[in-house]
This record gives sequence, C-alpha cells and structure tokens, in this order.
Amino acid sequence: MAKRVGIEVSLAVSHAVQLARAEAIAAYPITPQTHIVEHLSSLVANGDLEAEFINVESEHSAISACIGTSAAGARTYTATSSQGLALMHEILFIASAMRFPIVMAVANRALSGPLSIWNDHSDIMGARDIGWIQVFVENGQEAFDHSIMAFKIAEHRRVLLPMIVNLDGFILSHVVEALEFADQDTVDRFLPSYSPWHHLDPKKPVTMGAFGMPEIFAEFKMKHQVTLMNSYDQIMKVWQEWGQLTGRDYHPVEHYKTEGAKVLLLTMGCLSEVAEIAVDELRSAGESVGLLKLRLWRPFPFAALREAINGAELVIVCDRALSVGGVGGPVLAEVRSVLYPMASRPKVLGYIIGLGGRDVPPEAFKEIFSQAQAEAEQEPSEEFYMYGVRG
Amino acid sequence: MLEIRFHGRGGQGAVTSVELLALAAIEEGKFAQGFPSFGPERRGAPVLAFLRIDDHHIRLRCKIAQPDVVTILDPSLIRIQKPAADLKTNGIIVLNTNKSLAEARQEYGFKHTLALVDANHIAREVLGVLIVNTTMLGALIKATGVVKVDSLEHPLRERFGPMAAKNFAALKAAYEKTVVEEARP
Repeated sequence: MAKRVGIEVSLAVSHAVQLARAEAIAAYPITPQTHIVEHLSSLVANGDLEAEFINVESEHSAISACIGTSAAGARTYTATSSQGLALMHEILFIASAMRFPIVMAVANRALSGPLSIWNDHSDIMGARDIGWIQVFVENGQEAFDHSIMAFKIAEHRRVLLPMIVNLDGFILSHVVEALEFADQDTVDRFLPSYSPWHHLDPKKPVTMGAFGMPEIFAEFKMKHQVTLMNSYDQIMKVWQEWGQLTGRDYHPVEHYKTEGAKVLLLTMGCLSEVAEIAVDELRSAGESVGLLKLRLWRPFPFAALREAINGAELVIVCDRALSVGGVGGPVLAEVRSVLYPMASRPKVLGYIIGLGGRDVPPEAFKEIFSQAQAEAEQEPSEEFYMYGVRG
Repeated sequence: MLEIRFHGRGGQGAVTSVELLALAAIEEGKFAQGFPSFGPERRGAPVLAFLRIDDHHIRLRCKIAQPDVVTILDPSLIRIQKPAADLKTNGIIVLNTNKSLAEARQEYGFKHTLALVDANHIAREVLGVLIVNTTMLGALIKATGVVKVDSLEHPLRERFGPMAAKNFAALKAAYEKTVVEEARP
C-alpha cells in the first residue's frame, strides 16, 4: 500500500533509492545535496539498506568509484551539486560512453563565482553534453518517483546509459512536504534486480574502456547518439508503467492550460509550479496564456515540443542559467533551434530568472509575460533579457 | 493558505519547529511546506524559517513575503529583523516574552493581534534547558488553531524519542498559558 508521508524532499529521495535497492553508493557531501547522501549513509550503516557505501575524498573519486561498482555489476547511485558536478566532469563522459547505468541526483545549485550555494541550473547546464539521460522534477513527489524510475530506464538493455534526476537545490531539496511513498512490493515488482550485459569477472575477462582510434571514434559517438535518442521509447514505457501503478503520469513536455493559448511560457524544474500560479491568474484576467514544462532535457523531446508549441504566437523561455557571452539561456538556444525548421513558428523570447537563489514569486512570471508581449510587438531590443537584475 | 514565518537564532530550533508543524499538518491530511531560510546559518545569528499550510498541494517555491503569522522565538530579534513590518494587517504576532500585553505593545509598537507566552520560563521548568522552539509551538497553536495540539505528539516522538514527552509537556503548558489579544490598530 502506498503511504502518505510528510518528509524533507532530500530524505524522500534517499528512501526512493532504498526502495530501489541500490547496491553501491559512492558520494561526497556538498551543499545542497548533503542530506540525500547523509541519509543514505545512515540507512546503510543501520542495516536498512543492503549496499556498499563508499566514502571518497572528492566527487571525481565518487563518480570514478561508481564506474567501478557499475562495472562490477552493482546497481549504483550517487548524488552531487554544483562544484561537485563540475569536479566529476571528465568522468561523466566516460560513464556514459562506457554505458554504465549509474543513477545520480543533482540538487541543482549555481556554479561559483561569486561563491554561491544557492539554486539555479548552471551546474547541470555545464554538464549538458555528457551523454546522460536527464530529467527535471517539480516537487517532492516527482523527485521520489523519478529516483525509482531512473534505475529502470537506465538499466534497460536497449538503454544502458546513466541518468540524472535534477531537483532544485534548497527550494525543493530542503522542503518538508507531503508525498506518497510507494511500498516495497510495488517497487520490487516494477523494478527487477539489475542484470548487467557484461560485468567485471576474473573468470570471464572482458575489456572495458578501450582506446577509440580515429578509425572508430566517430562511429562510437554515432552509436552513443543513436542510443540516447532511442532511449526515448523506453523512458515513455517506464513512465507509463509507473503511471498505471501510481496514477501519476509523466510526459517529456508537460502542458498546463495550453489549450488555445497564444502565448506560452516555458520553464524547467520546480519554478514551473510557481509559473502555474501566474498562468492561473493571467487566465482569470482573460489573457491567452499557457505553460509548457520541459521535463525531459536529454534526449531532447524534439517532436513533443514542436507539437506542443504549434499554433502559439509567442513563446517565452525562462532559463535558470546564463551562457555568458552566448545567446542567453541554454533552454532558449535549444528551443529556438528546435523550432527553426518549422514552416510557421512563433516568436521566441528568452528571460533569465532565479540565478544564484534569487527569489522567483508568481508575480515575476506575470511581469515577464507583460514585458515579453511588449517586446514581441516591436523588433526585440535585446538578444535575451535578464529579468529583475539591477543595471 | 496560512503562511507562518519563524524568527529565531541559529541553534534555537526554528527550522525544527516548522518541520514539526508541517508534519503535524500533513498527518491531519493537509498539505504543508516547512523550510529554512537557505544559507550558511551560524549558531546565534538571526535565522528565518517558513511554513505554509493549505488544503491543497502548495505550488509556491519562494520565501514568505507577507506572512499571516510571525512567531518570534527571541525578542532581541525584533529590532534587527522587524518581523511585523511585512505582516498582513490581520496577521498575528506570537511572541516569547515575560512582558505583559500592554508592556509588549508599548515597547515594540505592535498593533497586530498579539499572542504572548513566557516560553523561556516554561522551557527552563519543563525541559531544563533554554530551547523554546517546541514550547512556542503551543503558543502558535493557541493563537491560530492551525493544527490540533495532539497532532504534534507523533512528530515530536519521531524527532526526539525519549525527550518527546517533555517537549510535548512544554508545548501543552505554553498552550495553556498563552494570552491572546485582538489587534489594536
């Protein structure tokens, strides 16, 4: 039986990992991911989770150890944030290229400097191209659900790719809220134990992580690209299966009051629910506005996004990260690029919000909505806009 | 939705308070969010903690800008944090003080509905330590009726184990002794 509980979201994530019966965890604590791994560490120490918890001296070692345990055939989990994710950087590419289905939570936090421990998406945007599956969640329930589903997606034999569950640091990770825990039986039936295609075994030697000579490197990359794009089908299957078990349905692009909307806001992560409030109020005031919430970041849901945007006149992309010196936000760049081939496409404007823990109340989305409409009526004055930033 | 902000000092347990109250509200079938003011908090430094309670899933992910209730664990924070400044007109101030209602109004210039309790005294007597967070929950419940007193028993037991009974006793003592006075605009 599912159980309604009140719990800090970080702890809910650790319980999800416990229910998923992770067998190996290697992690280094970093704010605001700390509570996830601290709690996992006590679950292991208290005998409530039968897993190897490997204490390491850095995130570089954490993800390296994860590669080791995954290579040995263990269901492997880790979590990090910000500078920790940055320190993992070189190994992240290796984990996906070697096709290890490691699951990682990233409690999203700004990258320094200036030194900031607060929430935005600049950490994960720095790791955009690592070849992992990446999703964003909006609340504690989603953080719990996706932490379980991620294992089933990653470990499927047609996928075998690592997966990141992004949850906003502090404004989601540190909130005590209500959610529903699935029970162990349900999770066990949903998620069978990991059965690796190959694993390290002295009796049956294999080579892992071999050289890629120029004659094969590009073919290898092509295979990685095709596999990551093909993982989409398996992601859909797993989400549907979970939806049937729990009644909670997930889609690569979530729609909120988009019917007939001329203007669409587009967000990612837990500020999406804040934007919903703004959309409710704008709709009540007679505005033709809806909200698209991008859940699946990699593989990018090209078709779903084109379909979702079809018919809108203006799309306002709200990014939580800044590509300094570039076109603005990474999501903006992606969305514009996806829409460009469409014969009839809306105007797309980008706003950067909530950097480094800047508070984003519903009023912010309402203001962005009216500013963007004014901008869209003329030749836009900027490539993108930094919302609410003092000059 | 009810939005409550706690004013305390690092180490006084303001965050624990909002967590316990959130858990109690959730046990009653409501929805709640309890969260700290995020940052590198230090012992003794002023801190804030936030609590939202509603009958529906709460979608806000921002600070509480205009609270319905402020709970002040340490009156020395009033001059620093000005907790009543952004309190809603019909809001409630719950204050830990040994002053009378008239004295408190005069000293701090509070015009809102005011709930007072000498939580320091209760905490010293019942808990034997000067940590007033659970005691002040009794005052907050008296002033707002936001949850039932009994709904705190289970969250307290989960959090404090053998120390739960004393904390619950302090909470109930504060509930009994809290005086509430309507706004004096």
